[in-house]
Amino acid sequence: MRLDQRLIAGMIRPRTRVLDVGSGDGALLDYLFRNSGCDARGIEIDMREVTRSVAHGLPVMHGDADHDLVHYPDNAFDYVVLQRTLQAVERPREVLRQMLRIGRYAIVSFPNFGHWRLRLQLLLRGRMPMTSVWSTPWYDTPNIHPCTILDFLTLCRDEGYVVQQWMAVDEDGERAPWRRSIRLANLFGEQALFLLRRKDTTPRK
Amino acid sequence: MDQTNPATTLSHQHVTFPDGLQLDCGFHLAPVDVAYRTYGTLSPARDNAVLVCHALTGDQYVADPHPLTGKPGWWGRMVGPGLPIDTDRFFVICVNVLGGCMGTTGPRSLRVREDGTEEPWGTDFPAITIRDMVRAQHLLIEHMGIDRLLAVVGGSMGGMQVLEWCATYPQKVFAAMPIATSPFHSAQNIAFNEVSRQAIFADPQWHGGRYWECNEIPARGLAVARMMAHITYLSEAALTRKFGRRVRTSPGRGTAGGPGALFGEMFEVESYLRHQGSTFVRRFDANSYLTITRAMDYFDLGAEHDGDMSRPFRGTRTRFCIISFSSDWLFPTSQARLLARALNQVAANVSFVEIDSDKGHDAFLLDEPDFDRTIRGFLCGAAEHAGIG
Repeated sequence: MRLDQRLIAGMIRPRTRVLDVGSGDGALLDYLFRNSGCDARGIEIDMREVTRSVAHGLPVMHGDADHDLVHYPDNAFDYVVLQRTLQAVERPREVLRQMLRIGRYAIVSFPNFGHWRLRLQLLLRGRMPMTSVWSTPWYDTPNIHPCTILDFLTLCRDEGYVVQQWMAVDEDGERAPWRRSIRLANLFGEQALFLLRRKDTTPRK
Repeated sequence: MDQTNPATTLSHQHVTFPDGLQLDCGFHLAPVDVAYRTYGTLSPARDNAVLVCHALTGDQYVADPHPLTGKPGWWGRMVGPGLPIDTDRFFVICVNVLGGCMGTTGPRSLRVREDGTEEPWGTDFPAITIRDMVRAQHLLIEHMGIDRLLAVVGGSMGGMQVLEWCATYPQKVFAAMPIATSPFHSAQNIAFNEVSRQAIFADPQWHGGRYWECNEIPARGLAVARMMAHITYLSEAALTRKFGRRVRTSPGRGTAGGPGALFGEMFEVESYLRHQGSTFVRRFDANSYLTITRAMDYFDLGAEHDGDMSRPFRGTRTRFCIISFSSDWLFPTSQARLLARALNQVAANVSFVEIDSDKGHDAFLLDEPDFDRTIRGFLCGAAEHAGIG
């Protein structure tokens, strides 16, 4: 399991209901079932990964964040997880709304477009930045909605979501040291990880 | 009785239920025979039973040779020791459907008339539904002392039975695998069935359904029905790969011989379909075909629940694994997705896989490694969650 998935798993309480949107090879689902006793299910767009997961005994269905979340009832899950995918969905705001409709908490990770290397590349070279995280050229990239950590915080404020917890994460998924300052995290964090809840729900203890 | 057809004299392992069944149509059918086969060993806790539901023209001989044709079981590559539905671990049950012709009560079964004489039901056999088939299976499962099935698995019409099991006996199904199926029979599917039935009706040897009186069977009509239906089980790609435009040059085409004759040659695909048709009539009863296709046509899970397809699954605790095949145009992935979404609406535990295959609807009976892996993995996962070692 990737390091940032360990951080995500650490945000999820044992024996809860979890929907992992973009569950990939199912590593997080497997971990949550075996170690936390969670009822963890996945949605995955890549059919090969779906088949692999189901063949592993994991409950995963073919689908995607944009089209399949709308079919779930309100409050069907305790947590809805979206890993490294928000920047690639068609309508990120709607996806977040759906996540926090069907789940009490949303756990969202995304690559931070505000990282200093991206800013510097654009400034110095005048071309779309290319880094190991943002590694596909603009005409091929699935990342159609990049955002910075500050952008994301603004959206959360506008939509009335409470940021219960946040952290900057480096490329390998290790937690980065920028915990105090959002501005520093936005400059030096390669990825961001958020635990959100709706305003009308009570924070967990 | 029909002396030409060995099918009528064959005996099958079965249980007779003297009290019978109350059918959806209002008729009380009694007694009811339920013919079945089992494989593997039922655990002392009776918690390792897997019910396999067969399709329209299948039967209970899922993994041993067919008593009439001698051919291997229709899912012999899936059910057996060490196979994806592993009979070393699971106790597998397969039941001939109600209305069938392999030992379970159906149109060929005898009924006692008012004057005390016996004759086959024929077309007087009451209209049955998929749910009636499931009720008959349930009688047997109860008779075996099984409280809960670890899994119910089935493709095509077998998948309809899987869904009906989950809707009718939700507490008795721990895991369900509806394969290459749909929550309702579409207008296109009803249309194909109707052509099949008309082919049977048009055969003069059908005799209004009382063909046993003349010691005949409507072989031509039933064969044409099978040929037409068989096309819908394949795909254009599969037909092209298997036969292309190849022509059979061997003689024996019958009436129109000679060079330049209109039907002097036979395409391989024609020959294949004829073979499918002629072997089918030896093992299947025409009135059963009519009864069962009608049951499929009536199947509409949503309509049974005020138009809400998700309602029968409300509160379900069953683990579902829906499987479709990319080239299946008879039960396309779009219909499987409707089912998946209906299950999402009630937050059911759903896996949903589309297997990439060019073999059409029949892919669920053929060699598809991803499909095998999916079945094996899902069943193992279900067994783990059910606490079975």
